[in-house]
Amino acid sequence: MTRKRRRLYVLLLCGIGIGSATALTLTAFQDNLVFFRSPSDIAAERPPEGRAFRLGGLVESGSVERHGAYDGRPAIRFRVTDGQHTVPVVFTGVLPDLFREGQGVVTQGVLGTDGVFRAREVLARHDETYMPPEVADALKRAGHWNPAEGAPPPAAEWNTARPRS
Amino acid sequence: MIPELGHFALILALMVALSQSILPLWGAQTRDARLMESGPPLALAQMVAVAAGFASLLWAFATNDTTVSNVVANSHSAKPMIFKLSGAWGNHEGSMVLWVLVLALCSAAVAAFGRDLPSALRARVLSVLGMISVGFLSFILATSNPFDRVWPPPLDGQGLNPLLQDIGLAMHPPLLYLGYVGYAVTFAFAVAALIEGRVDAAWGRWVRPWSLAAWSFLTLGIGLGSWWAYYELGWGGYWFWDPVENASLLPWLAGAALLHSAIVVEKREALKIWTVLLALLAFALSLLGTFLVRSGVLNSVHAFASDPARGVFILVLLGIYIAGAFALFAFRAPAMAPQGVFAPVSREGGIVLNNLLLCSICAVVLVGTLYPLFLDLLAGRMISVGPPFFNLATLPLALPLVMAMAAGPLLAWKRAALWPVLQRLWWAASLALLVFLLAMFLGGAPVMPALGFAIGMWLIAGAATDILDRAGLGRTGIGNALRRARGLPRAAWGAAIAHAGVGVTVLGMAGMGMATDKLVALTPGASTEFAGYEWRLDGVRDFQGPNYTARRATITVLRDGRVVQVMEPSKRFFPIGRTTTTETAIRTNGLRDLYAVLGEERDGPDGRREAVLRLHNNPLAPLLWIGSLIMALGGGLSLTDRRVRVAAPARRGAAQGAPA
Repeated sequence: MTRKRRRLYVLLLCGIGIGSATALTLTAFQDNLVFFRSPSDIAAERPPEGRAFRLGGLVESGSVERHGAYDGRPAIRFRVTDGQHTVPVVFTGVLPDLFREGQGVVTQGVLGTDGVFRAREVLARHDETYMPPEVADALKRAGHWNPAEGAPPPAAEWNTARPRS
Repeated sequence: MIPELGHFALILALMVALSQSILPLWGAQTRDARLMESGPPLALAQMVAVAAGFASLLWAFATNDTTVSNVVANSHSAKPMIFKLSGAWGNHEGSMVLWVLVLALCSAAVAAFGRDLPSALRARVLSVLGMISVGFLSFILATSNPFDRVWPPPLDGQGLNPLLQDIGLAMHPPLLYLGYVGYAVTFAFAVAALIEGRVDAAWGRWVRPWSLAAWSFLTLGIGLGSWWAYYELGWGGYWFWDPVENASLLPWLAGAALLHSAIVVEKREALKIWTVLLALLAFALSLLGTFLVRSGVLNSVHAFASDPARGVFILVLLGIYIAGAFALFAFRAPAMAPQGVFAPVSREGGIVLNNLLLCSICAVVLVGTLYPLFLDLLAGRMISVGPPFFNLATLPLALPLVMAMAAGPLLAWKRAALWPVLQRLWWAASLALLVFLLAMFLGGAPVMPALGFAIGMWLIAGAATDILDRAGLGRTGIGNALRRARGLPRAAWGAAIAHAGVGVTVLGMAGMGMATDKLVALTPGASTEFAGYEWRLDGVRDFQGPNYTARRATITVLRDGRVVQVMEPSKRFFPIGRTTTTETAIRTNGLRDLYAVLGEERDGPDGRREAVLRLHNNPLAPLLWIGSLIMALGGGLSLTDRRVRVAAPARRGAAQGAPA
């Protein structure tokens, strides 16, 4: 085998490798990107049916109901707010240890036709002073925090972001 | 006093590292033997200085010195001693000191054991290692001094995040860093080779053991981290495609490619430029991993240090090292003439395929990990890329990789025929098919897990074929074959064992593909049916730990009225830092795990208190970690090969044969 021929083979193989990796990445991206939406985003534009996304905001004070069931499994209901709008959430599972009322939370799941968000995952895995960046951004857009005025206010102060109606 | 000494030791180490990065390289360029000889003593001195700094930090943590702000933020007197010590590297500053300590140890090892290296190569390698040390030491001193004092000293510290008070996680960072920093050594060899403009078999003989050791430690570190996530986070899974997990997987993938292509350099003097490139990539990805974890740009369980100044500093370091190395590569690589021609179907060809697939997987994981970051920066859209993406994009690439993995070691060097190799593997193939059919039709497994079982079997049987074939089974008597098997080089055994380890891990993954779970609320005394067992909640009681209080549930697992297991999952409350953690209960019989998590207690429909429990049945879960242990053992066994130990005379011969 000549050197030229071998180089051709190697180049061809590399081309196939890179090509298939790119193709795989692009097709996998198409269906599996998970977008972040705040309650205001959902109010403004209804997300596509059945597509999973991440909903983030603050757990509204006093909204957590730790009884009842959903789909035959013990469920927890709470509301996620960004100060402008709220979205009711139902979650069947064990909540993370750092889940608290009035604190930042990111949940992943799908929005039902009844407007209730069915969370498959609840992510709240930081310390109690931590504000997930997505949540901070959502609060900023909802007008509850102006970055020019400094760091986001401590999560505990958001307890009253929107009193229970 | 001791903290000041530690701080001083680190400054001293920086000065020594500075001279280490200049003098030997200067000597190598000007062929000044005395300057070249300054490398080893400087490397040893740097190690002593960094070790003194690290020892002072350990001392501050052990004595709970609350005048040191790092101790205040991360420790507490009520903590067991082992976690006081591990707390020293359970935080950003301390872990960076550990990083530099491991790097200094590796430089010292090169200095001490590198007597047989050509002196110019050794001098250049030590200089490059010194440069890396300079970067990280100045990073520590400028942005993350672990010895900062506080005044007035508080009465006691704030405690370590309870999730990190765990023996698995105490060992996780040191192992991971041994891996990352091992790639710093192969990187230094690659840069030295580029400066010299020469890569030969002697170079390959040095790079292979270092990449092998780094890879073995990284395997252990990743395995341990995954095990920790499994039992400590209580989500029931073992790998979440979390960005920080990916950050450690990327150098692992590139490093696996490197350690295979280094064999080709060593044996056949081919794939040289490619191997140098892989060595640069493996370390670039290690640095990227450090940057992603330490800068706080990623939102993850581990990213607890979020200081933009630090992120920028590491990014600048990353830019200097990587851009510098790649510029050197672009400049010098064309000068390195390829040798060792081989046919596409040959051992070398198999390794090229392995490299290609590993690098493609690496690229896919890299894109998936960084894409959300770039989209956020450039378009301001917030997205996340989750497990479905990674599974979909990596599986089609991993499948041919593991299929070819069993055949690769059976191919001959230079030129091979595929057909005889496949003939030798027929029994492995039929075994795999049998397992597939059994799993599908008898075990009721879905297609993907069944395929996983078949592939795991294929890999294990393939590794066995490799050994049996080398021993000459079938061509000679059994006794003779056994004797020959014992006499096989340890590198051959190591490779076969590591490949079988991958098979074992794949079996574990396939088993976890069939894992089931159930969420249930039980009142004390009530029971539920799950995974063929009856799970009875006996009660939930208070429990007092050394530095926490807990609620602990007692669950009795019965089969046909007979007690099989008693499980006690709990929730711990740590008054210091006011945090709660979930302690899972795991009972294993080696082939499957029963796994229980205690959720919250609440008022049931009939007014009685009930506890929410999540129960998991995880078939073959232990194999995941046993497999990674076997992989690392294979790597370790390969390191004890005669070739590595007695390579010295050959190396000296090579050094004399060609001018340095």
